[in-house]
Amino acid sequence: MLTYALPLSAALFAIGTLGVVVRRNAIVMFLCIELQLNAVNLAFVALSRQVGIEGQLFVFFVMTVAAAEAAVGLAIIIAVFRHQRTVQVDRFNLLRW
Amino acid sequence: MTLDYSSSFHYLVALLPECVLFVGGMGVLLAGVSKTDEQRRPELGWLALAVLAAAAVANGWLYSVSESGATAMIAVDKFRLFANWVFIVGAALTIAISLAYVSRQRLQAAEYYALIAFATVGMMVVAASRDLMIVFLGMETVSIAVYALAAFNRRDPRSAEAGLKYFLLGAFASGFLLFGIALIYGAAGSTNLQAIAVAVQDGAAAGGLMIPGMALLVTGFAFKVSAVPFHMWTPDAYEGAPTPVTAYMASAVKAAAFVAFARILFVGLDGVYDQWFPILWWIAAATMVVGNLVAVVQSSIKRMLAYSSIAHGGYLLVALVAANDAAAAGLLFYLFVYTVTTVGAFAVVVTVGRQSERDTAIEKYAGYGWRRPVLGTLMTLFLLSLAGFPGTGGFMAKFYVLQGAAEAHLWWLLVVLVLTTLVSYWYYLRVAWFMWMKEAPEGAVHRVGGATPFAIYVVLLVCGGIVLATGLLPGAAIDLAQGSVEGLRHWVAGTAPAH
Amino acid sequence: MPSSSSSGATAPFADPASSALSEAAALPVQQAAVWEPFLPWMVVLLPLLGFVANGLLALVSATRSAAAVRAGGTEDSLSLDGGRPRTHRWPTYIGPGVMIAAFLLAIVNFAGMLGADLHEPVVAGPYWTWLATSSLRIDVALHLDQLSMIMMLVVTGVGSLIHVFSVGYMRDDPGYPRYFAYLNLFVFFMLVLVLGAGYPLMFVGWEGVGLCSYLLIGYWFADREKADAGKKAFIVNRIGDFGFLLAMFLLFDNIGALDFVSVFEGAEAAFSDNRALVTTATLLFMLGAAGKSAQVPLHVWLPDAMAGPTPVSALIHAATMVTAGVYVIARSSALFALAPASQAVVAGIGALTALLAATIALRQYDIKKVLAYSTVSQLGFMFLAAGVGAYTAAVFHLVTHAFFKALLFLGAGAVIHSLHHAFHETGSKADAQDMRNMGGLRAKMPVTWAVMGIATLAIAGVWPLAGFFSKDEIIWYAGAWAGAPGNANGSWYVVFWVVALATALLTAFYMTRLMVMTFHGRSRLGDAEQRHVHDSPWVMRAPLIVLAVLSVAGGLLNVPESLRVLVFGAAPFEWLHHWLEPVTHAAAEIQVAGMGEAAHQSPVGGGELTWALISTVAALAVVGGAFAVLRKRLYRTAAEDADPRTGLALALERKWYFDEAYDRAVVRPVLALSRWCWKIVDGIVIDGFVNLAAALARLAGWTTSLFHTGQVNTYAFVLALGVLAVLGAVYLP
Repeated sequence: MLTYALPLSAALFAIGTLGVVVRRNAIVMFLCIELQLNAVNLAFVALSRQVGIEGQLFVFFVMTVAAAEAAVGLAIIIAVFRHQRTVQVDRFNLLRW
Repeated sequence: MTLDYSSSFHYLVALLPECVLFVGGMGVLLAGVSKTDEQRRPELGWLALAVLAAAAVANGWLYSVSESGATAMIAVDKFRLFANWVFIVGAALTIAISLAYVSRQRLQAAEYYALIAFATVGMMVVAASRDLMIVFLGMETVSIAVYALAAFNRRDPRSAEAGLKYFLLGAFASGFLLFGIALIYGAAGSTNLQAIAVAVQDGAAAGGLMIPGMALLVTGFAFKVSAVPFHMWTPDAYEGAPTPVTAYMASAVKAAAFVAFARILFVGLDGVYDQWFPILWWIAAATMVVGNLVAVVQSSIKRMLAYSSIAHGGYLLVALVAANDAAAAGLLFYLFVYTVTTVGAFAVVVTVGRQSERDTAIEKYAGYGWRRPVLGTLMTLFLLSLAGFPGTGGFMAKFYVLQGAAEAHLWWLLVVLVLTTLVSYWYYLRVAWFMWMKEAPEGAVHRVGGATPFAIYVVLLVCGGIVLATGLLPGAAIDLAQGSVEGLRHWVAGTAPAH
Repeated sequence: MPSSSSSGATAPFADPASSALSEAAALPVQQAAVWEPFLPWMVVLLPLLGFVANGLLALVSATRSAAAVRAGGTEDSLSLDGGRPRTHRWPTYIGPGVMIAAFLLAIVNFAGMLGADLHEPVVAGPYWTWLATSSLRIDVALHLDQLSMIMMLVVTGVGSLIHVFSVGYMRDDPGYPRYFAYLNLFVFFMLVLVLGAGYPLMFVGWEGVGLCSYLLIGYWFADREKADAGKKAFIVNRIGDFGFLLAMFLLFDNIGALDFVSVFEGAEAAFSDNRALVTTATLLFMLGAAGKSAQVPLHVWLPDAMAGPTPVSALIHAATMVTAGVYVIARSSALFALAPASQAVVAGIGALTALLAATIALRQYDIKKVLAYSTVSQLGFMFLAAGVGAYTAAVFHLVTHAFFKALLFLGAGAVIHSLHHAFHETGSKADAQDMRNMGGLRAKMPVTWAVMGIATLAIAGVWPLAGFFSKDEIIWYAGAWAGAPGNANGSWYVVFWVVALATALLTAFYMTRLMVMTFHGRSRLGDAEQRHVHDSPWVMRAPLIVLAVLSVAGGLLNVPESLRVLVFGAAPFEWLHHWLEPVTHAAAEIQVAGMGEAAHQSPVGGGELTWALISTVAALAVVGGAFAVLRKRLYRTAAEDADPRTGLALALERKWYFDEAYDRAVVRPVLALSRWCWKIVDGIVIDGFVNLAAALARLAGWTTSLFHTGQVNTYAFVLALGVLAVLGAVYLP
């Protein structure tokens, strides 16, 4: 079980990471981050089968936090959209090293 | 009283400062609903300050409470309480320098102050947690509140952009942190720090999950403390965020991340010291070098202070790498002094910018000292403290960390620290040089604006006083810091390995 | 502030209760040496009070002129002509007042110590505990022994004279209160440096004097070049501080304490089987000392530091602060004695500095630059003395140099002050510091000429002036220790001895050149200016005369037996040497144990008296010869003098290209590295990675839009790369 779940989780996490790196749309980037978080959730659930209930508990917290993050994140994306009329992150260059 | 967590009431007691601050923050939010007129804005700030004062009282009272054992999810130890002082002081000073800014920029006062209160609750939770789950919750509470604060000025596109960058990268980094926690959990069978330490000690956690888990956790925290090469978000977020929020991010938020990092490394991951030592060694060295060097070429004071905060993160990482009692106490003392100094410096930046984002270019400071001698003198004091000049708190803090590093025989890190400090004199003095040794440009003389707000004066005097006091008579603060780390590293009695 | 003191026999940093006990126990043994210092903390505190008072006056003055500007006036609406405001009257009394009071207190303490026949240092205090951790305790206390007493007298004494001189010199400066605030603050830090009872406290003073030096060099900040000179001084000094700090932590790690008493007691035990460590520590201390005392290659800041007001050059950059490096080596003599290699390096650096600086001084035209390089050169002599283990000679020369160099600077200040005034009156734009614009001033400024003449003969080493005895002793010991049987570096010492002799002659030459160009020959001033040149007012003339007397008589402090015949037995036998014996005997014993006794003749034969006579005759010959030749020479004014220099003359005028070398080797690389870090590590990645990815994509025939990403993506990319790097690091052993 674990031998399949953990690699799967790692693969999902890697896909999410790659998405954040290559996608330019802020919302899609955020979705990729959600993918990472869900990959972690998968890992927690799988591991908790072996080592105890805490992992499942953790998943609930992760989901809650992700929801809160989504609320704030989308609000920020909307705020940016009002100024720039776009959510493509390659257009944001007011602040530049 | 003694807490053994036999009933849920004990958790309430253990979390009393957090509860007070949280309820109070809600109160601020509600108070803002009932009144919308502009005149109420400063009052909301004063209300938030009162709430912080109440939390401070609760924090003080917790010194009389003891816990049975040292394994509970919520720690009631002096380490946490000292950290709480840093957070409370940082938050209070931030609110004080925000009062005029919030009015002037017509920000939503209730939400602003409430968010600061909630972020501070998150920090306290982080400092109290002996469980990776609570660490995660606390860190996210801080982060989410601060994402919102960074993007708080909706009229300013730069603020929004800063918020978005901080948010996307912060959430991204949280993913790594979380994955690391999951792997450690899988290896140790628990998220409790002591359980992890015991598992590592017994060899039960020797599986292939522990080390990558530790590595991911370290990178997640490296992002939170903006260590090189995970620092790239810092200058952008610091520059775009409203200046008082920048002050808060550079001081208290950073302190929270360091406190959590310290507890995890010193307690949970003490057994794999040999594995994280080289990683953090290199990160610390790189952070000091890059942070200080890049600060030299900055032209905006906010960006300069951002890189300076990265550099200070590097010094603090040296304390983590040293991992002995002197370094741990040095870390706490350093965080306190650094928080106060940084907010003091930002208080001057806010005043020079006349409660807006104007005049952040260092050239704009030309001749400022002669026009506003008190502000100029105090700014010079803060800059000297940041550079670590003897007689200021910054020197004492650096000295203490250096002592820890010397005891741990980290000679090369010590050399890097001292050499990069040397570089830092260049850019800190550059500001002082502009203030005192350069003529103000034509017309700037009349631009000094109206009177400095009363609250800013209070902040400046408090910060200046603390910087001098911790530099000249640091005894009490150092004793407190030293008492606060007693037993932190060796809480699994006798099992902590000596390295 | 509590004023307690404990006898030196007690462990000074033990906890108070037991310290009181052991003090009681130690009393009977130490009967003869009981000495209660009289308010020693007051000596340190007085200048600080002066700083606070003058600083407040300066702030008031600044606020008022800012208010005046806002009200529509001009920056200097604070006119000094129509009645001086209080902010400009009070510093006249506060500034020199606190200094003179401190000097009187120092004399009282000196008298007490003189009568006490003290063998151990007295630690006054601790006043409070500065830092107390589980493993290190630093108390704020004052270390009073013969060495710090001498330094205290020099700092407060010469300091008082220069404060008085400044009253006249800075009278018309709009920043008058600020000037005295800085000057008082400097003296405070200098006293902390010399009196602090441990390395950390010394470091406080060390950094503090650096800061004040920075403030005072950049005092006339409107001039960008001068502000830059201040920054240069500060940065170069920081390089020295790096050495000091590291050395301090090395000592802490090996001895476990940082106060002088414990360090010197524990040094031999801690380092006896690890000489490499003590060599490292002392070399690091030497780096710090070289930065502060402007030794090659860290000397570059001192000549530029002359941008500050001339009394500052006299006090900080000639008499006191720059000698701090010599002081720290003399103070740490017990450590240096354990590391003969470090000693040889100190001596070598000193000899090299003395020679190089003297050659540069030959071709300078700015009167203050000549004096600055002369200072560097004389500091080299002191280093040489400290390096060969002749600590008394080093301190002796430090003291006499403080007298005659302060005198030279103040005299030069009087000349500049007068010329500046003259040029100002006539509207001339000529440089008041360029000696090519002077000449023939003797008739106009007889008093200044006389006192500077005395100082010139003193520094040239002409019998019986102060410099003769102190410099001769340094040269003598360099030669004598060369012949010590166990000296592994003996042949080097011979080189040092020859270099010192040669430098002494160069000194005589360039100082004569300075005197001739300034005071003799044809006057190169216009007739209009001539009328305005005159001797200084009495408030400036009096300190000059006092210093002249000291420059004449200072040599009597330490006349060796063999030379007593030269003063007709009038001086006590090697007074300073005996006075400092309790401080230096530990080092001397170690040195004699390692090298054997010093020889009784120079490397080429001849005793001390012979060589003293040879050197004074040679110096006199150089002075006389140079005077005769140069006086006839027709100098041109700076404006007319446009001939390009070539060869050696150019190299000397360019100061052996040190500044250029630093610019190429340090300043530009550091700035380039900063920009590189900024652009590459933080910037180019953003574009570079993107472009690289796009190029790769084009190569592979993919659509580039996938890789045409934004800044945030790149940040994320770097972050992910960092994670990969860390993961790689834990897996690759």
